Amino acid sequence: MADLTTNFIGIKSPNPFWLASAPPTDKEYNVRRAFEAGWGGVVWKTLGEEGPPVVNVNGPRYGAIWGADRRLLGLNNIELITDRPLEVNLEEMTRVKKDYPDRALIASLMVPVNEDSWKAILDRVIETGCDGVELNFGCPHGMSERGMGSAVGQVPEYVGQVTEWCKKHSDLPVIVKLTPNITDIRKPAQAAKDGGADAVSLINTINSITSVDLDLFAPEPTIDGKGAHGGYCGPAVKPIALNMVAEISRSPSLAGLPISGIGGVTTWRDAAEFMALGAGNVQVCTAAMTYGFKIVQEMISGLSQYMDEKGFTSTSELVGRAVPNCSDWQHLNLNYVSKARIDQDACIKCGRCYAACEDTSHQAITMSEDRVFDVDDSECVACNLCVNVCPVEGCITMEQLAPGTVDERTGKVVEKDYANWTTHPNNPGSCAAE
Amino acid sequence: MTNSPFTPGLASGRLAAEDYASNFGDLHDPLDDHEALVAADRCYFCHDAPCMTACPTDIDIPLFIRQIATGTPEAAARTILSQNILGGMCARVCPTETLCEEVCVREVAEGKPVIIGQLQRYATDKLMEAGVHPFTRAAATGKKVAVVGAGPAGLSCAHRLAMKGHDVDLYDARPKGGGLNEYGIAAYKTVNGFAGAEVDWLMQIGGITLHTGKALGTDLSLNALKADYDAVFLGMGLGGVNALRAEGEDKSGVSDAVDFISDLRQSEDLSSLPVGRNVVVIGGGMTAVDAAVQSKLLGAENVTILYRRSRAEMPASRFEQDLAASKGVRLVFNAKPVRVTGNGAAQAVEAEYTVSGPDGLKGTGETFTIPADQVLKAIGQTLEGAPDALTIEGGKIAVTGPGRTSVAGVWAGGDCASGGEDLTVTAVAEGRDAAEDIHASLTGA
Repeated sequence: MADLTTNFIGIKSPNPFWLASAPPTDKEYNVRRAFEAGWGGVVWKTLGEEGPPVVNVNGPRYGAIWGADRRLLGLNNIELITDRPLEVNLEEMTRVKKDYPDRALIASLMVPVNEDSWKAILDRVIETGCDGVELNFGCPHGMSERGMGSAVGQVPEYVGQVTEWCKKHSDLPVIVKLTPNITDIRKPAQAAKDGGADAVSLINTINSITSVDLDLFAPEPTIDGKGAHGGYCGPAVKPIALNMVAEISRSPSLAGLPISGIGGVTTWRDAAEFMALGAGNVQVCTAAMTYGFKIVQEMISGLSQYMDEKGFTSTSELVGRAVPNCSDWQHLNLNYVSKARIDQDACIKCGRCYAACEDTSHQAITMSEDRVFDVDDSECVACNLCVNVCPVEGCITMEQLAPGTVDERTGKVVEKDYANWTTHPNNPGSCAAE
Repeated sequence: MTNSPFTPGLASGRLAAEDYASNFGDLHDPLDDHEALVAADRCYFCHDAPCMTACPTDIDIPLFIRQIATGTPEAAARTILSQNILGGMCARVCPTETLCEEVCVREVAEGKPVIIGQLQRYATDKLMEAGVHPFTRAAATGKKVAVVGAGPAGLSCAHRLAMKGHDVDLYDARPKGGGLNEYGIAAYKTVNGFAGAEVDWLMQIGGITLHTGKALGTDLSLNALKADYDAVFLGMGLGGVNALRAEGEDKSGVSDAVDFISDLRQSEDLSSLPVGRNVVVIGGGMTAVDAAVQSKLLGAENVTILYRRSRAEMPASRFEQDLAASKGVRLVFNAKPVRVTGNGAAQAVEAEYTVSGPDGLKGTGETFTIPADQVLKAIGQTLEGAPDALTIEGGKIAVTGPGRTSVAGVWAGGDCASGGEDLTVTAVAEGRDAAEDIHASLTGA
């Protein structure tokens, strides 16, 4: 079993699987159960400032979309930060950290954008013995209407300012949690870094309406006939999160900024993908809310097995390993030519590749009277759509044409040398490109 | 319960009352909403799907399954019923394992097809339970058509003609419509009076008048029908049965399986039906299986199907064979009856093993005896009472194309007509196609 011990910005945990600040981490009872189940760390449900706590709606807080057999693919929520008194949360955090010294315990914070408010909450939080703080600049619903959460995260200047205050008023490591509801994730990440943040965590939830009740004509979840947008999370958001993590990882000015990866992590494989794109650890919420805390056991065994198979002895050997291969379109090799290949033994003759290619792509798949499907190399542009719609994994693959062979579609010999758009003759700016 | 499975001879009431109810319950529990969604999701929505090609009525199966998957089973039912107005019954009785489900790409790939039949039942049940009849009649054409036989072929033909605006007189020799759906299929395949309910539902189209107790040859003549109507469709099925041509066939306790099934289907009280302690069913088709299984379900101690050819050659599908075996029916292949023995009443069947050779089937000379106080003959039905004017071919009314007989203005379809397998779904297709041809010929369309 590979050692999964993780040191994230100086915070040690027995594995890189933390529970994100969310409903599962709102109470001592839940967090103790999480630690007993094996979670490496917990980001406690976001704390607000002293005083009467926020209130939540008393109707549904969650909406969802499902795949086959009602598998939950995406969840949206309109729950606010903790609605329990600050004092109660702090006492519980103190007790839990004392009983689980080897686990990471992070305090998530959200207070109004003024220095006194942040100083006040930090003074209180430090006393719990927690390992760090996470600044919640992400929640896109409810709190953002009050000038907090994503309303801060969408303004890089605010992100930088609050980060500075937090570094000034405590010695705790500061993680800045970013909202994806922004056009360029690198801007708030840069502001966090410039403000002195030890790390960023992303993504928080995405503005969303999961569905519309077609009888009530109201968005889901519906409360007394009305609905408000919520924050979207779960497996459906993973591709968006992966891209944003990669954008930060490969940005030269952000290089080396530690990242806690969040967004649809459901299995060990998801976690490994985030880590390969530069996340030092991951945070999980929806998967735990769907299946309970026990899933961490699969994550631990799966990541461990994978690392053993790869010969990695530390998670740090995995972190960032895919970053050098994240490129821009203009730098992709245009001399790499491939063609779809159908394994006739594996083909079950459903014809979906044919329908997809014939109706919506390049008419590069032929169908015989006895339902044999073949690729017409003279039309195949290697788009990969047939691979993606084929219900049999591994039945259709893309085969690279060796340099020196002729691409039947273009009639040209496949060149062995790398060449991209920046130097392509059709590119009007090719002379200037470098 | 005065008798038991061990009571000798023919006896009724071999089982407790509750056993009859459970034995003759639904063969497949209907799918609930979630089961239907999960099952529908397995469909790959194949291009030019093999299941569609295999369906004699050409139902757009991928489309109706997608309609179920998206929460519109009523639309799915319309897709089914527009091709096959008896889609509800076909969902229950079709040998899907040799039709659509046999060629489902998931059957070929995994040995687990999409359960098309059960999904079809789910969709059609939803619509019919809501009492919805989704079709309306075209403007009246003023044409009248006689349809003889209210079985699957006749019902299908009548419905399509009525839809096209023609008026239909639908004649049947029996007291009820439905044909073999009502009289000739195992009870556990069509529970709760579904056959009758389906006929009532189908008749909601309007323009069809059902005349029962009218048989061709006795009450009706083809010449009179031709004179009175603009077109005639014959779908009266096969009224006769083949003889055993074995010694002792006349002994009491020997009867036709179709009559046994018909009595059972029409029975108000299954405990009143006599069944043997030792039943031997002779034949290898669906009728043989239906009779054998239901004998067992009525409380017979031993039930044997005697089939003269091999398992592979048995017309009843492997699913049907396994169903029979699971109910405790013994299947004996490559054996033919030689004589029925007994003093007045049947006591045993003496049989001889057979072997297939270049000269056909031959007895090996080795014989054996099976105790039998009831012998049910299921060795095929024959055409009876076909009008002399019609050309007969291979024991059936010869037809070309969409059911055209040798006589102008007369169409035929279903089991009584040549071509196609003797299946409900085939009869529906033939009735429908003949109706379209009749419509074209009457309107010049």
